[in-house]
Amino acid sequence: MMSLDKFTPAWVKRIGLATVAGLFIAGIVFWGGFNWALEATNKESFCIGCHEMEENVFKEYQNTIHYTNRTGVRATCPDCHVPKEWGPKMIRKIQASNEVLHKILGTIDTPEKFNAKRGQLAQNEWKRMKANDSQECRNCHRYDYMDYTEQGNRAARTHPQAFTDGKTCIDCHKGIAHQLPAIDQHIGKQNDGAVAISHGEKPAEPAKEEAKPEAKAESK
Amino acid sequence: MRFIPALALAAAVLLSGVGSVGAQELVNEIGNVTIEGNSKIDMFRPEKDQETIPRNFQKQPPLIPHSIKGYNITQNFNKCMDCHSKERAEETGATKVAKSHYLDREDKKQSNISPRRYFCMQCHVPQFDAKPLVANTYKPAAKRGE
Repeated sequence: MMSLDKFTPAWVKRIGLATVAGLFIAGIVFWGGFNWALEATNKESFCIGCHEMEENVFKEYQNTIHYTNRTGVRATCPDCHVPKEWGPKMIRKIQASNEVLHKILGTIDTPEKFNAKRGQLAQNEWKRMKANDSQECRNCHRYDYMDYTEQGNRAARTHPQAFTDGKTCIDCHKGIAHQLPAIDQHIGKQNDGAVAISHGEKPAEPAKEEAKPEAKAESK
Repeated sequence: MRFIPALALAAAVLLSGVGSVGAQELVNEIGNVTIEGNSKIDMFRPEKDQETIPRNFQKQPPLIPHSIKGYNITQNFNKCMDCHSKERAEETGATKVAKSHYLDREDKKQSNISPRRYFCMQCHVPQFDAKPLVANTYKPAAKRGE
């Protein structure tokens, strides 16, 4: 008993061993609870719990390779949309409170409203992925381990070139899991002046009126 | 003779009441196989990516020599044009959209691709391992000067 007393810090003696043990257990419960809540909001079932997600993006996503494929390995919503590292994850979770606000306001609660906002929402996500070098793609797809002999001709030719150019996944792989917003591809007048898609050469921005002639001149 | 269509109609109405029975007897257009017997597993598979496939006759719309899985053509976006448009073709190494695609129906040249050319796969088709249903002996006409 004597030796234990000698090693006990003064502050423990002051508040008592039982209190310290209590605080320790409370810490575990709080941290565990916090983590549990965080994980609960990081499940696909939570994401598609609101019809904004289920009716629009989730339905589109079901036709893509990240939902159904040969081997049955799949990515869920948070795999691509929530960072895995603790710090960026906290930041993203805090930013998501804005999404809660717009859920309450009903900003995108019909497919029509959603499609009207699709360009803006897509560009937010492109910007985020460009900024973190497509970290969420690279959590699974690491180009150091890509076997070009197993890839299709086009992928095997393009990937090394793009990596040399310092491009990141999202530069080319836009709209692989969800439908794209209206993109100006110079076909008829349908999407004239819509979002100009980038392939890593320039940041994706809505084609502004003054920017449009410039883009056309470029193509000539 | 006039009562036969009426009889057929009556039979159809009767059959529609037991729709599930009727559906089993339907055969699909490929041959004498019931719809239920038409397993998805035995469907045709896309051919492996290959180099440009030579044309069989002059002005044939070039065939698509690569997989187009997941390549959607929607009102918002035409995936084909992401590589084959004249702005992108050089970088991607894809075949550039032909000049004819810029002509409107009055044969006037437009600065943009004509909307009537929007649905690429109306003319350009991907390749599957499907055997021809009917044998044919088609031979392309000799090229000019041959």
